[in-house]
Amino acid sequence: MSEPHDDDGIVLTEAQKRARRSRSIAIALALAALVILFYAMTLVKGPGVLIRPI
Amino acid sequence: MSLVSEGADYRRSFSAGTGLAEPSLATVGDYFTLMKPRVMSLVVFTALVGLAVAPGSLHPVTAFTALLCIAIGAGAAGALNMWYDADVDAVMTRTSRRPVPMGRVQPGEALAFGLTLAGFSIATLGLLVNWLAAGLLAFTIFFYVAVYTVWLKRSTPQNIVIGGAAGAFPPMIGWAATTGSLTLEPVLLFLIIFFWTPPHFWALALYKTDDYARAGIPMLPVVSGDTSTRRQILVYTLILVPLGIAPWALGYTGAIYGTTAVISGIIMLILGWQVLREQRPAERASRNLFAFSVLYLFLLFTVLLVDRGWGGLIVRLAT
Repeated sequence: MSEPHDDDGIVLTEAQKRARRSRSIAIALALAALVILFYAMTLVKGPGVLIRPI
Repeated sequence: MSLVSEGADYRRSFSAGTGLAEPSLATVGDYFTLMKPRVMSLVVFTALVGLAVAPGSLHPVTAFTALLCIAIGAGAAGALNMWYDADVDAVMTRTSRRPVPMGRVQPGEALAFGLTLAGFSIATLGLLVNWLAAGLLAFTIFFYVAVYTVWLKRSTPQNIVIGGAAGAFPPMIGWAATTGSLTLEPVLLFLIIFFWTPPHFWALALYKTDDYARAGIPMLPVVSGDTSTRRQILVYTLILVPLGIAPWALGYTGAIYGTTAVISGIIMLILGWQVLREQRPAERASRNLFAFSVLYLFLLFTVLLVDRGWGGLIVRLAT
């Protein structure tokens, strides 16, 4: 008699997969927006932004 | 058992059955709801006015960054509030359909979301705009979550009086973003919102008394009764109206603002008086005051912005 095993782990339902995908896309967009924001602000602040005391 | 410890028990029992073994069904829309978008819009608006009427100039991209950080910071405070208050939200009709009590977002997810947004918004505001504004934003989030939500809301009928400070800080943050300092004028804007909050929320609480009582929230009408609440609404309105006129009286604004503040202030006083005279079960006066109080604050801040020539906002955007 074979032992029950859970090699497959947790199997997501279609609804859970859709929700996870939408959350992943939102996180990716938020991170991309953050990169663009820091890039734009670096341009706004000009070369002075790189002159910092060590 | 106190309400606070019941809340903690609720959170433990909730999270015990919803660990990683239960994959989340939360959508992006659920997370957006956690940020209390309606509250966030008022925060952004008052912060915009503070930012625009402050002396000095701010590059449009920097102004946008400041407002974005303030909005996200307000959203963080909203998410942390919904995490902590899930137990009382579940029993109030007004809040029972929020994502955490509905089970669409797990309490741990709401907590992590709120803390992440708070950290990112404060750090970004500090790095890209200035650290005074970032410090004020951090204090506002702390005040709303720790002082109002965790401490005052469930322990005193003065909860929204003191806790109202959290909603009053955004114009000061906006001002600090532009100038890097604070003067009497942003403090006046703070005081207007601070003294506007009690009449606004108590007018709502008067016709939602049963809801608050069921949730065990010691709102003033639940603890002190209707008559005392109606009296205090009028007292706070009597303090609010002169404060609304003060920016004009002190010479910060012109006649358009002064006229608007006087006329809308008189209407607030009339509605406050009607609330005092109203007898239950009639609720019309309370509803009228609640509705007009939103318009009153919106009017004051909009006219302030217009009266100060849009704070140079249009010029800034055009250049």
